Amino acid sequence: MNFKRHGIMAGIALTATLALTACGSDNETPSTTSSNGGSAPASAINCAKGSLTAQGSSAQKNAMDEWIKAYQLKCTDAKIDYQGTGSGAGITAFSGGTADFAGSDSALKDGDETTKAAARCGGSPALNLPMVTGPIAIAYNLDGVKDLQLKPETLAKIFAGSITKWDDAAIKADNSSATLPSTPILAVHRSDSSGTTENFTGYLDKASAGAWTFGKDKVWKATGGQAEKGSDGVAAAVKKTAGSIGYVEWSFAKANSLGTAKIYNGAGEFTALTGAAAGKTVAGAKITGTGDDLKLSIDYATKEAGAYPIVLVTYEIVCSKGIAADKLALVKGFLGYTASTEGQAVLDKLGYAPLPESVQTKVAASIKNLA
Amino acid sequence: MLFRGTATFAGSMVLIIIAAIAVFLVVKAIPAFQDDTENFFTFKEWFTDGDTPRFGIAATAFGTVLTAALALLIAVPVALGIALCLSHYAHRRVATTLSFIIDLLAAVPSVVFGLWGRDYFYEPVTNLSKWLHDTVGWLPIFGSEGPYGKSVLLGSIVLAIMILPIVTSLSREVFLQTPRENQEAALALGSTKWEMIRTAVIPYGKAGIIASVMLGLGRALGETIALALTLGSVFAINWDFLGPGGITIASNIANRFGEADEFGRSALIASGLVLFAITLVVNMAARAIVYRRREFVGSA
Amino acid sequence: MSVQTTERVGLQNAQQLRTKTLPTWSPWAVAAAALVVSFVLVYLTSWGGAVLTGVVAAVLFVLFLGIAATVVEGSRSARNRMATTLIYGAFLLALAPLISVAWTLISKGTTRLDGNFFGTSMNNIGAFDEKGGAYHAIIGTLEQAGIATLITVPLGILGAIYIVEYGRGFLANAIRFFVDVMTGIPSIVSGLFILSFWVFTVTPLFNNGQARYSGFAAALSLSVLMLPTVVRSTEEMLRLVPSALREGAYALGVARWKTIVSIVLPTAGPGIVTGVMLAVARAAGETAPVLLVAGGLSSINFNVFSGNQSSLSLYVFEQAGVASEFAPGRAWTAALTLVVLVLVLTVAAKLLARRNKLAR
Repeated sequence: MNFKRHGIMAGIALTATLALTACGSDNETPSTTSSNGGSAPASAINCAKGSLTAQGSSAQKNAMDEWIKAYQLKCTDAKIDYQGTGSGAGITAFSGGTADFAGSDSALKDGDETTKAAARCGGSPALNLPMVTGPIAIAYNLDGVKDLQLKPETLAKIFAGSITKWDDAAIKADNSSATLPSTPILAVHRSDSSGTTENFTGYLDKASAGAWTFGKDKVWKATGGQAEKGSDGVAAAVKKTAGSIGYVEWSFAKANSLGTAKIYNGAGEFTALTGAAAGKTVAGAKITGTGDDLKLSIDYATKEAGAYPIVLVTYEIVCSKGIAADKLALVKGFLGYTASTEGQAVLDKLGYAPLPESVQTKVAASIKNLA
Repeated sequence: MLFRGTATFAGSMVLIIIAAIAVFLVVKAIPAFQDDTENFFTFKEWFTDGDTPRFGIAATAFGTVLTAALALLIAVPVALGIALCLSHYAHRRVATTLSFIIDLLAAVPSVVFGLWGRDYFYEPVTNLSKWLHDTVGWLPIFGSEGPYGKSVLLGSIVLAIMILPIVTSLSREVFLQTPRENQEAALALGSTKWEMIRTAVIPYGKAGIIASVMLGLGRALGETIALALTLGSVFAINWDFLGPGGITIASNIANRFGEADEFGRSALIASGLVLFAITLVVNMAARAIVYRRREFVGSA
Repeated sequence: MSVQTTERVGLQNAQQLRTKTLPTWSPWAVAAAALVVSFVLVYLTSWGGAVLTGVVAAVLFVLFLGIAATVVEGSRSARNRMATTLIYGAFLLALAPLISVAWTLISKGTTRLDGNFFGTSMNNIGAFDEKGGAYHAIIGTLEQAGIATLITVPLGILGAIYIVEYGRGFLANAIRFFVDVMTGIPSIVSGLFILSFWVFTVTPLFNNGQARYSGFAAALSLSVLMLPTVVRSTEEMLRLVPSALREGAYALGVARWKTIVSIVLPTAGPGIVTGVMLAVARAAGETAPVLLVAGGLSSINFNVFSGNQSSLSLYVFEQAGVASEFAPGRAWTAALTLVVLVLVLTVAAKLLARRNKLAR
């Protein structure tokens, strides 16, 4: 036994492994048997060559995955990568020049964020383009209770930790017909900073009439409960733990077949979560951005009948001007597809809501103006 | 001479790396220490976003020590039992095979234990939690009414299972080193087997046992992925073992790193620096014990 | 000494001739009794179910056996029996979770054991797609562990040579001590170190000020973890090389470095290989450093120097956090792959060690 022989053996083993594995491929063509794989009609796609890297909001990751898949299947010369690293990381990467566009759950904040993004775009402002909107589901796991109804004050108190039992008087008052067990509540929140948390706490802040005292923030500030990484983690924990409640994008509640609570809206009714009900709230949003910038402001206390009030708007953040020449066509082609009627039609099946038509046409127009 | 120089350099790399770890962690942690608006060592929560970052390691450091201590409490008696079983009770051929298997277990990646703990082991632990609460719920540590999911108890038991092989195989070797003369002398004086172990094997191996326990502790303090998957990530200091909760420095780094911005990462590095300091102290103490024992026994 | 104890002094066999002992069937009888009593106790008080019955029965078994032995054989023998039971009990207790882990791995890990899993990446795979594979992660693990080995082996072997062949005095002692201390550095600290040093400090120099995550950084971080293991095991092997071999070479006028390279190292060779393989096995299973410095990627990236990379363990961690109904299958299959890879390395290393003539 000597060194050489072992070296040779190791070499042979290494070569063999490499040879065995050197036949993998990235270009997996997903089966179309899944509910929506490759179902997007190709007519709306304008192909362009090149590669894009993007990152940001994990809330829109499922939508991006579908869009990228549809786009790449049609346009074999295009390579687009979207990493769900979180809105904050996405904006940092965009401003730092490592991402061609960023997905974010909130528009760029005035001040530092906006100036840094503009500097990256060679002085022209960066645009906030609403692209994926969706309801945030209040998913719960409670044996024997099918149609949980919650007012915003009750919801705020549950997540703030001041309501700890399912048979609390406040919950009873919201659900006069249901028999509620006296089990303790486990409120599950996000451990990472997230736009979902920001939109959800924003809703609680505005709609709960002072019951929520922790303000609007990307990170969870209330104490108690259990933290999970990502919407995936929250959904999985709710599914596994009897007596738990959590907030997730609707798609995650759907994927795990979780029960979702009806929420009391500004019109004075408990509304079940449907794409149309969420769409009503989004349609009532005001555009507060100027020019091609389409920053939205949502009215959480909407008086519209049948509107589901807790919604999330996520944006694509992209340079209005100064996009590198080799990327421009692809950025316009890809985002043009995502903002098209066909692109938006994919969203419903995934548990998002399509953009209201009024907003969608403006987004499409803004994308045409990119340079 | 050239060869000797190269070898000396390679040897010194160890010292260089340890020094470099300290230096680079400190340098990259400085921005975090400077801009923290709370006391880094006493503040419990971790908010690194925004203009007034507020974060501290009190809760994570407490959780690190608590989880590791609980894991040791569970693992050490069992591990010592197994080690004795392998060194003095089981048939030699059986013992060899079993020791081999224990060594293999030490090689199973922690992510596997974490996944198993989170997806399967939580169920018996949930039942155990319910039972503990119903039976001895008057003890504050078992006071939580649930719901039971990711808790300090779950994390500690998973961690205990993970450090079991390490403590076992180290202490088994210590037990095997007991001089035959000592053991036979005890037996010749009419000791039962247990008395022989108590009077000859354990006193001889005491330092070695302590060292192996401390090495297990070092492992437990630094374990990351398994705990990131099984602890509830709640920033709180309390003695509630059953309720949703538990966090450690390392699990917090793994959970927060992906979404942290540059400053957030600097803050995480600062917490890693503390972890490095803790494990360094524990490991140096463990090694110092081993080295003293070696001199005492007189064999290298 | 009391009369009773002096009586017992003597050979064990002689002792057995003189003192009463419990018959060999007695533990079984005690076990049965414990089980019955426990069943009655648990179900009468409706305290719990089958599991509690088992636990209580085990406790009662130790207790009853102790009492029976005390009555028949005396208290010393009773303590001996109880200790024996507890020691075997510890073994059984530890076995349960380990069998559960192994069973879960095998039963869940085979769900996606197909060509597609090993031939494709996660590129273009959304939450509702059932396919998707770990090819990119396997590549990542092989490349990172391979490079880490290439870095660590020369460094580790040379370091051990210094300690054994040249090292004297304070420096050598300090190195030996810190090699041991270094084995205890948590993997996440190693990851943070490479993050601060390589990713945040060195890579910006080459990339216009941009920090760059890469598979190579992961390899560096794994080397930090492997180095002390390799040094330590090599050192032990070198010490086993008989000094007669060295002295023989010196007597023939062979230079010291040449003696080491052509006599000492080949003799210790198999042992060193064993140590290296064990170190690689441990490094290949590490998740935290790869998470921190390679970042993870869903598509294939062969280039370790540029761009994110995944690894098998990171892939397991990532899939564990995905709420798709297809993710657990992928996670467990990848976990099984990883465990098989690590165990094959470990078993091979251990078998090699057994054939090693130096170690006994």
